[in-house]
Amino acid sequence: MSEQEAAAGPIPNPLPPGGNQGSEETRADVSRGRGETVAVRPKALAVYLMCGPEAPALAEAAVQGGADLVELGFPFSDPLADGPVIRRAAERALGQGMRTGPCLECLAATRERLPDTPLVPMTYSSLLEAYGWERFGSDARSAGATSLIVADLPAAERPEVRRVQLVAPTSTDERLAVAAASTEGWLYLVTLTGTTGARSELSPALAGLVARARERTDLPLYAGFGISTPDQARAAAELADGVVVGTRAVEVAEEGPAALEKYVASLRGALDS
Amino acid sequence: MELTYGEYGGRFVPETLVPALDELEAGWKEALGDPAYRTELDDLSRSYGGRPTPLTLAERFAPGKRLYLKREDLLHTGAHKLNNALGQALLALRLGKRRIVAETGAGQHGVATATVCARFGLDCVVYMGSEDMRRQRPNLERMALLGAEVRPVEFGTRTLKEATSEAIRDWITNVEDTHYLIGSCVGPSPYPEIVRELQSVIGCEAREQMLAAEGRLPEVALACVGGGSNAIGLFAGLVDDAEVRLVGVEAGGAASLGSGRPAVLHGSRSSVLADEDGQVLDAESISAGLDYPGVGPEHAFLRDSGRAEYVGATDEEALDAFRRLARTEGILPALEPSHALARVAELEEELVLVCLSGRGDKDLAEVSAR
Repeated sequence: MSEQEAAAGPIPNPLPPGGNQGSEETRADVSRGRGETVAVRPKALAVYLMCGPEAPALAEAAVQGGADLVELGFPFSDPLADGPVIRRAAERALGQGMRTGPCLECLAATRERLPDTPLVPMTYSSLLEAYGWERFGSDARSAGATSLIVADLPAAERPEVRRVQLVAPTSTDERLAVAAASTEGWLYLVTLTGTTGARSELSPALAGLVARARERTDLPLYAGFGISTPDQARAAAELADGVVVGTRAVEVAEEGPAALEKYVASLRGALDS
Repeated sequence: MELTYGEYGGRFVPETLVPALDELEAGWKEALGDPAYRTELDDLSRSYGGRPTPLTLAERFAPGKRLYLKREDLLHTGAHKLNNALGQALLALRLGKRRIVAETGAGQHGVATATVCARFGLDCVVYMGSEDMRRQRPNLERMALLGAEVRPVEFGTRTLKEATSEAIRDWITNVEDTHYLIGSCVGPSPYPEIVRELQSVIGCEAREQMLAAEGRLPEVALACVGGGSNAIGLFAGLVDDAEVRLVGVEAGGAASLGSGRPAVLHGSRSSVLADEDGQVLDAESISAGLDYPGVGPEHAFLRDSGRAEYVGATDEEALDAFRRLARTEGILPALEPSHALARVAELEEELVLVCLSGRGDKDLAEVSAR
């Protein structure tokens, strides 16, 4: 089975077969060693990076630092879900010519370096509208995408575009159920009502959202938005199955792969401790 | 996705907002079905807003024609924007939202929003691009006097597009207690429908007034189109009269309908100035109210169906019309409807209706500088 075919089916676990098995056991062992729970799942760490000339090397550094999954931002001119840091990163990327074609090439180049890491493009509807909704999904998967995130495409819309669905603290139980039923691989829990960006505290809304989502799906729940420090990552991962770190990763990535690897390692350490 | 206007419209928003849009839609339907809502809005429109606005025959501006101006410039706050702001403020009260957030370009919608918030005791935050703050200074001062907090938007083109994005981001962040009082017939469903309904008073009144004045309907009705709210309001009253030609006039540098392509901006699919990758391009116009790369989805639908046509006017043509209306009729129009006025002379039709959507006091500095 080719990688694309594998990606086309339901993905019960976000980690690819054979990919990070070794480290999964190691991390599970670490958790077991602390004797916290009986069936401990390793906490997944997803890192968001903006597509650009440096993105493949940065993605590799993130994985070396302990990232299990890399989201690759395909920049949009008017990113409503994003705060100032990612918006500025998108403006810069667009200034560097990172349109859909070059972003797909960036994805393919990242896939070459990281054959086993789930790679998930994250973008906005306007890019898919222009490129062709189904064509975008199929070309992204051909370039190595494991799934897709469309920040402004609510669950239940465009079901032909298979993707990771997002839910938010404002989501009703009905919408949670729809998102859980149609998501691919894992469910993205937006921890707060707001845009992407670092916050001083982990959102108090996360616990309730996790509880409601757990009632509706056995798929992994990853929490994102507003998580930037190791402490926040650890606290979020006590509730959810994984965390997504975007804004702070994009900031640190500006300092280069070494800095990013070190930052991601600090998050990994917090999740594994 | 269920699109409202043919292949246009829809709801392309982050999940956080979907429940709020559902709530808004339910509240709106309930309000429409409640005679008390309509009565209160009509009373306020009359006693506070100054409706009905008159229809003025402009013989010296357009010799040889029967040109009527629908005088939304005489509405309280000086533009048609109050129609929408009043209706949405009453809706926000019904929904229990005490904080209002809005975007503004020319400042007319910001002033209208600040006005109704003052009237109802609501907190008001208005996002405005810093370039627009510079060129529409009087409206900035008006909003401050009315008690609104104006937040400058300092990125991108520093105009209406970015102000709208920031208002939506504020709404995402404060959605529990905040109503987003959008100013045009754009945005995710149900906003285009709400704004159209609240602005339809322009076209409905004008239709009756025209029949009273001339005993017949206009041969052609024109309005300027940025996001398109005064035009959709005018057209709403005449769209079922197949014999009336409907013409929207865009700014030459912001012709979302004339030279746009289908794209998604600010929550809906419409005709947008965008490149082949779906990235939104910068609009450019002397008129801050038309300086927007998107347009209401219903306009894209009316264009495709052929029911309305859309043409352009340059900055210079708009300025000429502005000056000529001032000297021939003693009316200072806003630069936005000056675009519609610029297309009157070349029309073949004799009986013409133009929506004079706002007054031009705000534009004096910009006009004098040219």
